[in-house]
Amino acid sequence: MADVDNKALFEFLVRMGDNTLILGHRVSEWCGHSPILEEDIALANTALDLLGQTKMWLDYAGKVQGEGKSADDLAFLRDAWDLRNVLLVELPNGDFGQTLMRQFLFDAYHSIILGHLLKSSDDEVRAIAQKASKEVAYHLERSADTVVGLGDGTPESHRRMQAALDYLWPYVGEMFETDDIDRAMASAGVAPEPSGLRADYDALVGRVLADATLTIPEGKFAHKGGRNGYMHTEHLGHLLCEMQWLQRAYPGCEW
Amino acid sequence: MYAQMVKTASDGVKSREDMSPEEAAFQAKIDADIKIEPRDWMPEDYRRTLIRQIGQHAHSEVVGQLPEGNWITRAPTLERKMILLAKVQDEAGHGLYLYSAAETLGVSRDEMVEMLHAGKMKYSSIFNYPTLNWADIGAVGWLVDGAAIINQVALQRTSYGPYSRAMIRICKEESFHARQGYSAIMKMAFGTPEQKRMAQHAVNRLWFPALMMFGPSDKDSVHSEQSMAWKIKIKTNDELRQQFVDQTVPQILYLGLELPDPNIKWNEERGHYDFSDPDWSEFFNVLKGNGPCNTDRMKDRVGAWEDGEWVRDGLMAHARKKQARKDAAKIAAE
Repeated sequence: MADVDNKALFEFLVRMGDNTLILGHRVSEWCGHSPILEEDIALANTALDLLGQTKMWLDYAGKVQGEGKSADDLAFLRDAWDLRNVLLVELPNGDFGQTLMRQFLFDAYHSIILGHLLKSSDDEVRAIAQKASKEVAYHLERSADTVVGLGDGTPESHRRMQAALDYLWPYVGEMFETDDIDRAMASAGVAPEPSGLRADYDALVGRVLADATLTIPEGKFAHKGGRNGYMHTEHLGHLLCEMQWLQRAYPGCEW
Repeated sequence: MYAQMVKTASDGVKSREDMSPEEAAFQAKIDADIKIEPRDWMPEDYRRTLIRQIGQHAHSEVVGQLPEGNWITRAPTLERKMILLAKVQDEAGHGLYLYSAAETLGVSRDEMVEMLHAGKMKYSSIFNYPTLNWADIGAVGWLVDGAAIINQVALQRTSYGPYSRAMIRICKEESFHARQGYSAIMKMAFGTPEQKRMAQHAVNRLWFPALMMFGPSDKDSVHSEQSMAWKIKIKTNDELRQQFVDQTVPQILYLGLELPDPNIKWNEERGHYDFSDPDWSEFFNVLKGNGPCNTDRMKDRVGAWEDGEWVRDGLMAHARKKQARKDAAKIAAE
């Protein structure tokens, strides 16, 4: 493995771990409220996988950072400006259609990047990707099937899925932004440059959304500011208030 | 468990002489511990009672997601959050097995859900109590699942085959739930003074509601006799409750917490702990809909069902379209 700048590697790892942390949290908000019992089980299962992945990414990030921080310290004791998840995953759940559309748009990206990480020059990254990619292959299969089922369902389900796509599409572009950290990871062979994944993504997403009889919005505009922490949405602070409350209110406890 | 006050659909236990030949043969099978299977003949009252009991149990698993789900987004560590998610996912899975077991008796899941939403079927009174601090999550696993296991272990021997098999599978997962609950509350009881206070508060609030899970005292339990003859109830409410108290009191003492009832005392003569009865008027009030959370629980469940209608309709419409396209392609190929 080429020399890796630990600061850049840490940033890359928290980007991966924060995406799964925040999306896992959002999905877990559904508990007991989904349209049918099988979906309650599937949503809990997805959240569980994402949190398991979070633990692996953030444990490794803590090691690389070298300040003795655990995955829990990173998850529960950083404020919004230190989080590095893409904006897409922190957006509110909305209705079930919006939750599944967000899941699909993320799963498609996630499965592609994990596929590349299977060949990472970093042993730990490769090991995490091996475990996560199996789980994410299933997430993608399920979210794609549901997007197709609801897009090509009734006029109402179609209308709701198109509205979800219109709302979420401007948040897709951020996943493919490439900055200095990404270039450092790419030159060390740790991870691919995100911009290079876009063609595969467009092909995959285009196929599924066509089956779903949904129209991809024409606008090219992309909101960004999550993966570099410059400007998250207002939603993230509220999510952290809830997620971090016990750790903040009763610091230093063992749970 | 989670089935309490299940009204037995019969006028009392029939003597052998009053039974028809079919009824006598059915009772003989039960007495010989031969399981009743879905296609076997069974008295209509047995079928109706079981639908009530298994349906109530299934509803309890589903509604039971809510008080625990209340803390998933506030769980204090990644590991605790994962354990809780896995547990709640198991409960939803138990709901599925149990609805399937009830469906073998000729009632659909949708019909049972409609009856729940219309207030015609019940779920366990325990889920009408709130979870107010993180120690409640440990206490629910330890006390509520612990109480449920005591009943469910007995029900593994129940006479109806699909119910018995569901119970065997469910018991394995429930014992994991109770153990993780106790491990969570140990951390709290042995933690900082604030954590210990949370643990004590949780035990004080949940103790009597947990005792109520076994249903009213035997002397006031009008439905037991026939259900016991049919082996869909194996032990009496009071026997199960005593077993729970005997098992749980030493665990409370080990945690160094105060006992939630000043009348808990070891009775050498009986070989059991004495304890106070729960306030049965509170229990009946909760059953009537006046518990602290009844209204909110049903609002959540009915809301989830109504908000999800477009999803169920959409997926069904898609499945029909897909089938129609497949049929059309087949015809075109021929």
